[in-house]
Amino acid sequence: MTLKHIQEYRDPGISRKIVERIKEISQKQIRLMEVCGTHTTSIFRNGIRSLLPETISLLSGPGCPVCVTAQNEIDAFIELSKFDDVIITTFGDLMRVPGTHSSLQNQRANGRDIRMVYSTFDALEIARKNPEKKVVFLGVGFETTAPTIAASIITANKMNLDNFFVFSAHKVLPPALFTLMESREDTKIDGFLLPGHVSVIIGTKGYQPFFETYQVPCVVAGFEPVDILQAILMLVEQIETGKPKLANGYQRAVTFDGNRKAQTIMQEVFETADANWRGLGIIPLSGLKTRKEFAAFDAQQVFDIELGETEDPKGCACGEILLGLKTPPECPLYKRKCAPLQPIGPCMVSSEGTCAAYHRYHDI
Amino acid sequence: MCLAIPSKIVKIENNVATIDVDGVRRQASLLLIESPKIGDYVIVHAGFAINKINEEDAMESLKLIREAASLIFDKPKKGDG
Ligand code: SF4
Repeated sequence: MTLKHIQEYRDPGISRKIVERIKEISQKQIRLMEVCGTHTTSIFRNGIRSLLPETISLLSGPGCPVCVTAQNEIDAFIELSKFDDVIITTFGDLMRVPGTHSSLQNQRANGRDIRMVYSTFDALEIARKNPEKKVVFLGVGFETTAPTIAASIITANKMNLDNFFVFSAHKVLPPALFTLMESREDTKIDGFLLPGHVSVIIGTKGYQPFFETYQVPCVVAGFEPVDILQAILMLVEQIETGKPKLANGYQRAVTFDGNRKAQTIMQEVFETADANWRGLGIIPLSGLKTRKEFAAFDAQQVFDIELGETEDPKGCACGEILLGLKTPPECPLYKRKCAPLQPIGPCMVSSEGTCAAYHRYHDI
Repeated sequence: MCLAIPSKIVKIENNVATIDVDGVRRQASLLLIESPKIGDYVIVHAGFAINKINEEDAMESLKLIREAASLIFDKPKKGDG
């Protein structure tokens, strides 16, 4: 049985009214950015861009974890898959992302043991059943995913599993918002739709330093059409009245403090470190690396994997797309050489990527 | 990667819940949330419940959104077509 409110948050009647209201008050030409892959998908699926007045441009920022994973991290994953006694476990989206010379999918076709899992607990189970093998989980994701992986490391520790490892390529979102605001003047962003499920964990509190620094309108948004439109309306109101706020448009799931239990577990296992974001470069303290206490679970250390210098695929405009500087049709490879079944860049691989969403829902 | 639809906890065993989303049953770890109960609605991400959904809050917010939306239609429309 579905919850009653879900149906209502999809009610076209309410959506239409919110759109009317947006049209009534929106005067200034503005650029709003969402930084959540699930928002990107929902915005396209529900045709939200086409409902908005011409004054509003919606940009998709670096909210898809697979899309911001750096090429040298993908290469490191592929290196790991070459060890004979290793079983790689991963969420499905990573499989097709091309590294410099191969992809996990190619490695699997070449006989490497690479398995897709639904949860890190599946990876623990694989480790338990294969004591003679080393099971490596590829940790990619933001604050929503990182606590789940931290919990699996704590569980492995309790179970005395000595053949389970995590390569942590996790990222935390707020530092990337600073980078977006610091990029060139022509990328000016007038307001942010903040990600619903990252916010479930970090709370609206997590964005306070960012908001206080830039005083840019920010609204945490849910995923149903009414949620997204309402958040856009809140942003437009803030912009038109000149009163920026850090507001919560997803109160049924997000609190000011966030999920403290998840935060504690994440902090117990990981500490922040500089991280390389595809397209955005190195962002200080935007990554999560495994703490010393859990070094025995850190695949990067245990397998002594060096992150090489690698370049993003030639001609791929993913970086500019993540910054809101370009849209996919402006990439010369879009639809010509790069398509979901034959992706060149990560924005086309992940179902949450902007290029994949355009490809699926845009008829250009 | 996110399942944005809340799932209902129908069974709890060893801190693992059986959850129900529109009739589909799955398992979800309860390690990341405080005092889960049978009947709670939770958001599940990658096999973990990451929070509870407050149905009352959901309906209350909707009421406010509705009120705000209907207000504008009570006002005379601007004549700019
Ligand atoms: S269309 Fe392909 S090559 Fe172009 S930016 Fe997107 S992912 Fe990169």
